[in-house]
Amino acid sequence: MSEVSMVVNGRRVSGTVEDRTLLVHFLRENQGLTGTHVGCDTSQCGACVVHMDGKAVKSCSMLAAQASGSEIVTIEGLANGADLHPVQAAFKEHHGLQCGFCTPGMIMAAVDMINRHPGGLDEKTVRAELEGNICRCTGYHNIVKAILAASQTMAKGKGKTKKAA
Amino acid sequence: MYQTNYHRASSVADAVKLQKKADDGKFVSGGMTLIQTMKQRLAAPSDLIDLRHIKELKGVKVSGKSVTIGAATTHAEVASDAKLAKACPAICHLAAHIGDPHVRNMGTIGGSVANNDPAADYPAAMLALDATIVTNKREIAAAKFFTGLFETALKDDEIVTAVTFTVPDKCGYSKFPNPASRYAMTGVFVAKRKDGVKAAVTGAGDDGVFRSKEVEAALSKKFDASALDGVKVSAKNLMTDIHATAEYRANLIVVMAKRAVAAANG
Ligand SMILES: Cc1cc2nc3c(=O)[nH]c(=O)nc-3n(C[C@H](O)[C@H](O)[C@H](O)COP(=O)(O)OP(=O)(O)OC[C@H]3O[C@@H](n4cnc5c(N)ncnc54)[C@H](O)[C@@H]3O)c2cc1C
Ligand code: FES
Ligand code: FES
Repeated sequence: MSEVSMVVNGRRVSGTVEDRTLLVHFLRENQGLTGTHVGCDTSQCGACVVHMDGKAVKSCSMLAAQASGSEIVTIEGLANGADLHPVQAAFKEHHGLQCGFCTPGMIMAAVDMINRHPGGLDEKTVRAELEGNICRCTGYHNIVKAILAASQTMAKGKGKTKKAA
Repeated sequence: MYQTNYHRASSVADAVKLQKKADDGKFVSGGMTLIQTMKQRLAAPSDLIDLRHIKELKGVKVSGKSVTIGAATTHAEVASDAKLAKACPAICHLAAHIGDPHVRNMGTIGGSVANNDPAADYPAAMLALDATIVTNKREIAAAKFFTGLFETALKDDEIVTAVTFTVPDKCGYSKFPNPASRYAMTGVFVAKRKDGVKAAVTGAGDDGVFRSKEVEAALSKKFDASALDGVKVSAKNLMTDIHATAEYRANLIVVMAKRAVAAANG
């Protein structure tokens, strides 16, 4: 067993888990944060994407013990109270989801993508950057639209939340 | 996943000690290959020794034409290193096209060369660049390091600490990515120096990464995509799988080599 401790969405949490526990299971089962999904067992779908120390990672492909000591942000940590994060708002506005299964990972990937491209995004870049996120419903068009719109909103600095690091 | 014991190493020496104490200990860096394999129960190490937090294994150094990349440097770090982008943009381009952004944030160059996946990108670069793989015990030339499918010259308790190479006059990489995984269905890295041209092929060989004599002969005459017009690569010893036949890959080698040369010539 391993003692793991990390900061999740700004809150310090810890627990004793089997060494083989995946980070996604620690988040979902020990922390009750079921927004992070598991959509595959080949590390390809991206439904499980969270931020670790500010970088998008696949929480299904990492042990909780590997993530111990880090800062994690999950989909639950993005909104500022009742105010949706600009990327969440853009997905809603542009119909960037249907069943919603891929959406938490899509949004976490999108926030990371926008942060890494302070100069702005174009459609080609967004599509290439979505390589690690699979959606079986939307056909991606509206996801791309939502991310482009959110990127513009965030560039204008509107509604930026502190937690969305 | 079967049970395992996790350890976080603080230094290379500490990692070696932890590995020696374990029944069947394995090093883990980014885990982008190993954790997958363990989830599928295709690997069941008694102990995992995490190298990701060892400072001495991280970072890119460029000094003149000499490049050293620490084993625990992630693909994202290689892709975005400004000094490296100036000295040898082909290696940044290669790293930027491994898998997807999330995989690149965790996966490392040390893990990639140690794993020697027959469709991985870095092995082709290492071979064509005549790189040296540095371990805690010795220095191994890339030509001697990659020994077969998922096989390398590494011993169980040997840790890749860095890779080093001298920047060639020109180099370029092009791959035809598998549409699902982005691994190379065929990728070619070409490097030109005064003493000749090296062209290494990944994703195509039955026995992993290899140098293509046909491509090298053609490019040694003239380092230009046109030199490859009409060049045929033998399909013998190439891979046939659900994605492509050996003949298809033989053709892809020439096509990717042309693109790699075009990229190298900028
Ligand atoms: C969805 C997906 C897509 C991918 N696409 C590509 C792609 O397009 N191209 C590509 O090249 N790769 C691809 N990969 C593989 C990725 O690049 C891996 O990161 C890499 O192959 C292994 O690096 P790692 O640091 O994750 O190693 P790990 O998974 O941690 O380890 C892999 C192996 O190397 C050993 N090892 C690790 N570090 C060391 C060390 N320093 N010394 C000695 N042994 C060590 C481990 O014991 C293990 O056997 C992909 C992976 C995924 C999940
Ligand atoms: S659940 Fe993590 S990539 Fe599919
Ligand atoms: S909305 Fe259903 S998988 Fe993307």
